[in-house]
Amino acid sequence: MKGYIDSIETMGLVDGPGIRMVVFLKGCQLRCLYCHNPETWDLVHAKEITSDEIALKVKNNMSYYKNGGVTFSGGEPLLQPDFLIDCLRKCHELGVHTALDTAGHGIGKYNEILEYTDLVILDIKALTDEDAIKMTGKDLSEFNKFIELVKVKSKKLWIRQVVVPGINDNFEYMYALKEYLKQFSTIEKIELLPYHLYGVEKYKKLNIPYPLDGVKALTDQDMIPFMEILKD
Amino acid sequence: MNKYDELEWRSFRGTEWKDSVNVAKFIEENYTEYTGDDSFLVGATEKTKTILNKVEVLIAEELKKGVLDIEVSRVSGINNFEPGYIDKENEVIVGLQTDAPLKRIVNPYGGMRMVEQALAAYGYELDADVKKHFNTYRRTHNDGVFAAYTTDIRKARHVGLLTGLPDAYGRGRIIGDYRRVALYGIDYLINQKQKDLIELENKPLNEYNIRLREEVVLQCNALKDMIEMAKKYGFDISMPARNAKEAVQWLYFGYLAAIKENNGAAMSLGRTSTFLDIYIERDLKEGSLTEEQAQELIDQFIIKLRIARHLRTPDYNELFAGDPTWVTESIGGMLDEKKSLVTKNSFRYLHTLINLSSAPEPNMTVLWSDKLPLNFKNYCSKISILTDSIQYENDEEMRPIHGSDYAIACCVSAMTVGKEMQFFGARCNLAKALLYVINGGIDEVKFEKVVDGFELMMDEYLDYDKVMAAYQLMMQKVAKTYVDAMNIIHYMHDKYAYEAGQLALHDTDPTKLMAFGIAGFSVAVDSLSAIKYAKVKPIRNEQGIAVDFEIEGDYPKFGNDDDRVDQIGVELAQSFYDKLASYPLYKGAKATLSILTITSNVVYGKKTGSTPDGRKAGVPFAPGANPMHGRDVNGAIASLNSVAKIKYRDCCEDGISNTFSIVPAALGHTQAEQIQNLTNLLDGYFTRGAQHLNVNVLNRETLIDAMENPDKYPTLTIRVSGYAVRFNRLSKEQQLEVISRTFHGTI
Repeated sequence: MKGYIDSIETMGLVDGPGIRMVVFLKGCQLRCLYCHNPETWDLVHAKEITSDEIALKVKNNMSYYKNGGVTFSGGEPLLQPDFLIDCLRKCHELGVHTALDTAGHGIGKYNEILEYTDLVILDIKALTDEDAIKMTGKDLSEFNKFIELVKVKSKKLWIRQVVVPGINDNFEYMYALKEYLKQFSTIEKIELLPYHLYGVEKYKKLNIPYPLDGVKALTDQDMIPFMEILKD
Repeated sequence: MNKYDELEWRSFRGTEWKDSVNVAKFIEENYTEYTGDDSFLVGATEKTKTILNKVEVLIAEELKKGVLDIEVSRVSGINNFEPGYIDKENEVIVGLQTDAPLKRIVNPYGGMRMVEQALAAYGYELDADVKKHFNTYRRTHNDGVFAAYTTDIRKARHVGLLTGLPDAYGRGRIIGDYRRVALYGIDYLINQKQKDLIELENKPLNEYNIRLREEVVLQCNALKDMIEMAKKYGFDISMPARNAKEAVQWLYFGYLAAIKENNGAAMSLGRTSTFLDIYIERDLKEGSLTEEQAQELIDQFIIKLRIARHLRTPDYNELFAGDPTWVTESIGGMLDEKKSLVTKNSFRYLHTLINLSSAPEPNMTVLWSDKLPLNFKNYCSKISILTDSIQYENDEEMRPIHGSDYAIACCVSAMTVGKEMQFFGARCNLAKALLYVINGGIDEVKFEKVVDGFELMMDEYLDYDKVMAAYQLMMQKVAKTYVDAMNIIHYMHDKYAYEAGQLALHDTDPTKLMAFGIAGFSVAVDSLSAIKYAKVKPIRNEQGIAVDFEIEGDYPKFGNDDDRVDQIGVELAQSFYDKLASYPLYKGAKATLSILTITSNVVYGKKTGSTPDGRKAGVPFAPGANPMHGRDVNGAIASLNSVAKIKYRDCCEDGISNTFSIVPAALGHTQAEQIQNLTNLLDGYFTRGAQHLNVNVLNRETLIDAMENPDKYPTLTIRVSGYAVRFNRLSKEQQLEVISRTFHGTI
């Protein structure tokens, strides 16, 4: 089956446990203010690839991935459900660990997708519909459908939260987030990612106005007090 | 019952190694594998810290002056210098090359001109008597070589087709089995050599055996010199070592003899950590040594190795930056399929990078296998991440060829310790040879005819089949010139600058490997790929020499796991090797081949015109077998996979060097994750049959900052091709080249 990707990183070391192949699928309906991969929004310049080709790459590099696996990221991988399911299933046939790096905003078939997913790396954008619309342009209705199934199927979870100055870099938000995350019983890890400026250049190249113009980058150091709150 | 059983060899197991020299057997029967973690390690003692501080002051002074001092009234030799100390009271292991630390030796046996140039560069002059006597009564290696060099060799050397040939300095890359001094004592070794000499009387007295007989006598003399040299320091090494301290000291005297006598490019140490562990374990068990004292012995031994120096010319330093000596020590590896050769002392050696801070020497080389104890693998990864000072080589590829007791000389050259030796041979610029195919054998920079029998290729667009056919002929001719040069060099080296001390610590008639090399590998491969898959149009000057190239369309590039181009590389290496191996070699040596440039990739690039891959004239080559900078665009694994495809066995048995840089943030969020990921990466790379990997975990920004503010990073050490170097000792050009390399994981 064919799908559309932006690129493949053969040695991803931060998107899931161990050494992983990271497949960046094309397309995303969200327009997050801090998005640093705007080139993955639409299908322009997409590369066509088949699930067999992906499985072959995994197989050929198995010596690296045996303690790691494959991560489907994006863009939003959930937007190509049939292709994604096919890829995940083929990875499982090879006995390789699968992860899904997602904002939970797809177009259904979540049940089958999660069937072949070992780990969900869930990107939290906002906690309320109002904030979500501000941050991404969409409310949480689709996201909620996805996380309901994650909970039902007790999928292992890594939570990711980008921390942006002036938007959520405050204790109030962190306490609210802590409360919010209590609905999940399978969280293995929470990562707070400090907002960075790597996207700025890309926007310039693509001629898109940068929504967070002038906002300063944060550091790992800045995350420490917030991590304290979320620790347990 | 052996006379050493009571004392020196007490509690050692086995008998076979007692009857004749067999260190490998001794290790196998007596070592204690260690599978635990690094929690037993201890810090440096006060004595060590005192010595270290003194040495650091001297090194800082040396860095300012270029050399600290040179002994100009005596020449190289095992017993030609008075004893020297750093701080006698605090030195647990003693012995210096000359009578003062960092004072360099003059070695005119390699060549007088080189000595005089080097001395002049630092404002010194050779003692008039020494100079007169040497010039009057003695010919040198360099004299011999240039008497015999052919016209073709001279031309190839002049234009930089063959560069770095050891024809004016010591060839190096010979590893004496320094462990023999500790285990057997010198008397035993002399006795063995004398038996060999008698044995040789049964052989036909042909040129080979006549020469060998004389060599054995030189070896015996060298062994006697070692006894005398050690005596000056108050030790009797005619007998075996009785405890760990003596074992380290005896072994070091063996190595010291080598670096007093020779100035080879790479003077490697061998594989000593597990051997010495046997003595340390015995003392620990007997209660005569503590862990602190054990670490102190190793720390102080390593300090001594760090201050080994040789006198070089500024030209040489441009080629190999940072005053390298390649005191390569091979650590780890497997004894067989199941048991590793990792001991506590393997950890202690690596731990010196913490106790004494990171440093390029000794060149710590871990012989990797996925079957090594996980604790050791993770410890190596940790030290790599912290210090960027370790290189990794594939035990699973080398052990089947050399057995379990081999070591690495220089960067990537494997040899069985004491049983195999190498005739080192620098490298041939295959990118330039490809340009000669297009330019009818005329050099594209000097515009001189270098290789006869080729016409200018005047096609508008280069034709792959035509180029390839001519390239095969070109390589056959170049290989002939290269082999001729090597045969002459090693004949003359044996004649005029024979390494008697090092060869005395070998079996009497060791196996010889003649090591050829390739430079410009990825440039040649990408150029061939461009000619094959894109359209390449030479831009010619009025003489018809291609001075630049226009490329229409795209082509697959080495470093992306793309077989269309990677196979061109695999075949290129094999094809050049087969041509080299088709000629007879001096002393019946076996040809080997490496893809390794060290830092000379910068100079090779400088001397090479624009190439059909789009690289402009003068731009540095990639180091070793690395893909060209920035062309490996499909991630680190794709890049590693391309290099791993080049065949080691029966092709590049002298090593395939790959240098890998990754930014810390991309290696993992926490140190624990980074360690685990690096271990998995090394397992992954080496189980694909790759041979070598340098690992750097650092940010490009750190290097840029270090270039602008060198004082902020006095000990910043990075792995280049096959060795490590203090970043601030690289030339500006070399620094820029390192910065331009691909850093994997840049977001």
